[in-house]
Amino acid sequence: MSIDTAPTVGATALDATSGATTRRDILHRLLMTLGPILIALVIAGCILLAVGVDPLAYYGFVLEKGLFSPLGIQQTLTRMAPLLFLAAGLIVAFRAGMWNLGGDGQFLLGAVTAAASAPVFVQIMPAWLALVCSFLIAMVVAMIWSLVPALLRAYQGVNEIITTLMMTFLGTSLANVLVKLAFRDPNTTVPQTRTLPVEDRLPRLFETTITSGLLLGLAAIVIVHLVMTRTAFGLKLRIVGANPRAAIHSGLGVPGLTVAVFAISAGLAGLAGAVDIIGVQGNVRADWNPAYGLAVIPAVFLARMNGFAAIGFVFLLSVLSIGGESAARRLGVPNHFTLVLVSIVLIVLALAEYFDHRYNQSRRA
Amino acid sequence: MSGFSSSSVDRRDIVALEGVTKRFPGIVANDSVDLSIRPGEVHVLLGENGAGKSTLIGMLSGLQQPDEGRILVDGKPTPITSPRHALALGIGTVFQHMMLVPTLTVAENLLLGGPWWRRPRTGELAARVAEITSTLGITVKLHAKVSELSLGEQQQVEILRAMVRNSRLLILDESTSMLTPKGIDELGALMRRLVEQGLAIVFITHKLKEAAAFGDRISVLKLGRKVGEIPPERFRALGEQEIVSEIVELMFGKQKDDPEAVERPVRTARAGTAPLLQVADLTVAATDNAPGLSSISFDIRPGEILGIAGIDGNGQKQLAEALAGQRTATSGSVRLDGAAIETLSVGERRRRGLRYLTDDRLGEGTVGTFPVSINFFLKQVGAAPFWRNGVEQRAEIDKRAAQLVREYDVRTPSLKTPVARLSGGNIQKVLLARELAEGAKVVIFNKPTYGLDLANTLASRQRIRDTAARGLAVLLISTDLEELLGMCDRIAVIANGALVGTVENADDARTKVGRLMIGLAA
Ligand SMILES: Nc1ncnc2c1ncn2[C@@H]1O[C@H](COP(=O)(O)OP(=O)(O)OP(=O)(O)O)[C@@H](O)[C@H]1O
Ligand SMILES: [Mg+2]
Repeated sequence: MSIDTAPTVGATALDATSGATTRRDILHRLLMTLGPILIALVIAGCILLAVGVDPLAYYGFVLEKGLFSPLGIQQTLTRMAPLLFLAAGLIVAFRAGMWNLGGDGQFLLGAVTAAASAPVFVQIMPAWLALVCSFLIAMVVAMIWSLVPALLRAYQGVNEIITTLMMTFLGTSLANVLVKLAFRDPNTTVPQTRTLPVEDRLPRLFETTITSGLLLGLAAIVIVHLVMTRTAFGLKLRIVGANPRAAIHSGLGVPGLTVAVFAISAGLAGLAGAVDIIGVQGNVRADWNPAYGLAVIPAVFLARMNGFAAIGFVFLLSVLSIGGESAARRLGVPNHFTLVLVSIVLIVLALAEYFDHRYNQSRRA
Repeated sequence: MSGFSSSSVDRRDIVALEGVTKRFPGIVANDSVDLSIRPGEVHVLLGENGAGKSTLIGMLSGLQQPDEGRILVDGKPTPITSPRHALALGIGTVFQHMMLVPTLTVAENLLLGGPWWRRPRTGELAARVAEITSTLGITVKLHAKVSELSLGEQQQVEILRAMVRNSRLLILDESTSMLTPKGIDELGALMRRLVEQGLAIVFITHKLKEAAAFGDRISVLKLGRKVGEIPPERFRALGEQEIVSEIVELMFGKQKDDPEAVERPVRTARAGTAPLLQVADLTVAATDNAPGLSSISFDIRPGEILGIAGIDGNGQKQLAEALAGQRTATSGSVRLDGAAIETLSVGERRRRGLRYLTDDRLGEGTVGTFPVSINFFLKQVGAAPFWRNGVEQRAEIDKRAAQLVREYDVRTPSLKTPVARLSGGNIQKVLLARELAEGAKVVIFNKPTYGLDLANTLASRQRIRDTAARGLAVLLISTDLEELLGMCDRIAVIANGALVGTVENADDARTKVGRLMIGLAA
């Protein structure tokens, strides 16, 4: 209690020591994140062994395809574009304490509207304007889709976990119906939307196949991070998330903020859909649902809703999913094994957290 | 110790601390503290805000572990590893900040922690509770949801919970802070009965008179260190006044006579001026377990302090919230400086100069995980100069926060410390600083000095008087009659959601308010 005589001097005097402790904290965090990931890889390896697959070969293929081969890394980076948008949307929602689990429905509706509108727009206006308009439409449609859960939560207190999940089922079906009935390309036999010509899509970066959507995604997540940590609006959302009663007491318009959070979160998910279509796919096939929305949730959690850390985890997730797809094809492992891997990582991480806490308690005893 | 014989059967301590030290980043909260806790004794723990009292009992109740030193239970060194372990050892604690689950009922909260395989024994509980509440002279609504109770009622539930568990050692951390004088006396009598049955009690308070009246042994903490102890034999040899002055000397190092005695305020009645706050027929619907408000009317003039006296849970919270805009009133009008504000939002009312200091400092007053600095400006998010064009101005925030920390003597390791890490009294100072800073016209104080130590209580009361003297209207809600008598121009008594009478704070105010509180006409 040496600071008691001069409480404010303490504020500066202690900064030096707190710098050292935060560095230790960061190291600790890193260990607590990477350690469990390694353990999870070992456990997943055992499972692979049990089903008769050589885990080293599997991980080898994953790394080779997802990270080290020139083509693979380009695919990985391209895959990151929509994932980053989704992660940005989740960061906004989670930091405000709202569980928008409807990302997939919002993503698909955004994708379908972008796919339907872009080929039409490019014929009537300059290409760049056409793409901007498609992005905006995708965003607005996803925002509107989030209105039901948002209003229910804001004014009736209905739990958004349930409503967003329900809306995501409806959203995927609706997207499907739209592709088959409304926006179907009459010139193909498989039900799909009209295809955006490659030259009208988002430009690729330099001489590679990497989409420039990657840059948009990076910009989105960095902006979201800065808004959440440095601005009054972000602080308001964090207050709502950390202590809703304090938000009311402080005079914040909680219902309005709730609707805004859903709109931003869903809007970003819609943009994710648009960036995937306008940048990469060019069209939407019926029954297409990559389920990126749910896959990104663990990455955002692992990053503790920090935008920069989320970029790292999204990259890891991309490596896993691109590499996993190829390894699965070559070794006959189900494609969904990546999901198994990710869930094992999460479980081990939660356990590590628990034991770390227990250890901290008992070390003192 | 030879003079101490009332419980000579067991001379050993049930719990003893030996050289216990606890450090937090930037602070030594307890510095090799020795403490002996014996059956048959009320051991009073005194000390300023942040002296380390709550930390000490945190270690006794298994929430935290000492960095150095050891805890002996029944003479054996025993690490208390968890709250569950503490309960198993017979140590029951009523914490300074409520630990009840707000979404559960009182009965469910009382039954928490039983073995998971057994059905909760509701019937048994009701009988046991009835027995305890009748000796304690309180009523507890077993089927009310905790979130519907006032903080004072929650505190009673906490006391009850510790007693239902048959503890051998009962620890009460500032448990009288929300009780009325009568409730405090009853709790004192109850503690006496319990220690006579052989229990040990650790009792933390900031009110020296309570310490002198209820204690058997007193330990004083200062800056984490134990600076003095009055053992029972000396305790009994001294009169109340001598004990109080000895404690004051131990705590503050200087002699004062009755430190809490304050002269009655100089009447600043400004009869001519128009009221700043006018409340007429304010009505709020009652819920199942919380009273509403029935047709509340009063005026407060600039420079005037109107007190609201009454037992906690009689509509004080509802009144404050309805005025602040956090609770919808079914009818009635509220005028601030002549303009109707009853339909405005919380934020808009604040912008017009209405301030509300809540009594629920952790529940709604602060965001516990946010730094101290941000908590000062929770109600001004987005306002210049702390935010410009919506962008946070770190330097401005830190500068002003450092100033407030100094001005209000908030003891914190740094401005970045999460506010929940501060001691109870220091969190209260953050709230006071926030509400008293510029721009106020009308201030509602709900138990403004709750949890503050003596020096800070006196300083805060002076601040409130100064606030009024600047021409603001002050509504002072408190369960502490002394505080009201020492500060108010008029005192209204609230019971069951209605104002049952208002008296001028003249010489006979104490008896008049007392009569109103027990339901007689003034
Ligand atoms: N979990 C914690 N982390 C960091 N610092 C803490 C923590 N708990 C308490 N402290 C610090 O330890 C000191 C002692 O706090 P404590 O709560 O024990 O005081 P107290 O005597 O109970 O004061 P009050 O009368 O205001 O309740 C304070 O300076 C506080 O900031
Ligand atoms: Mg305390």
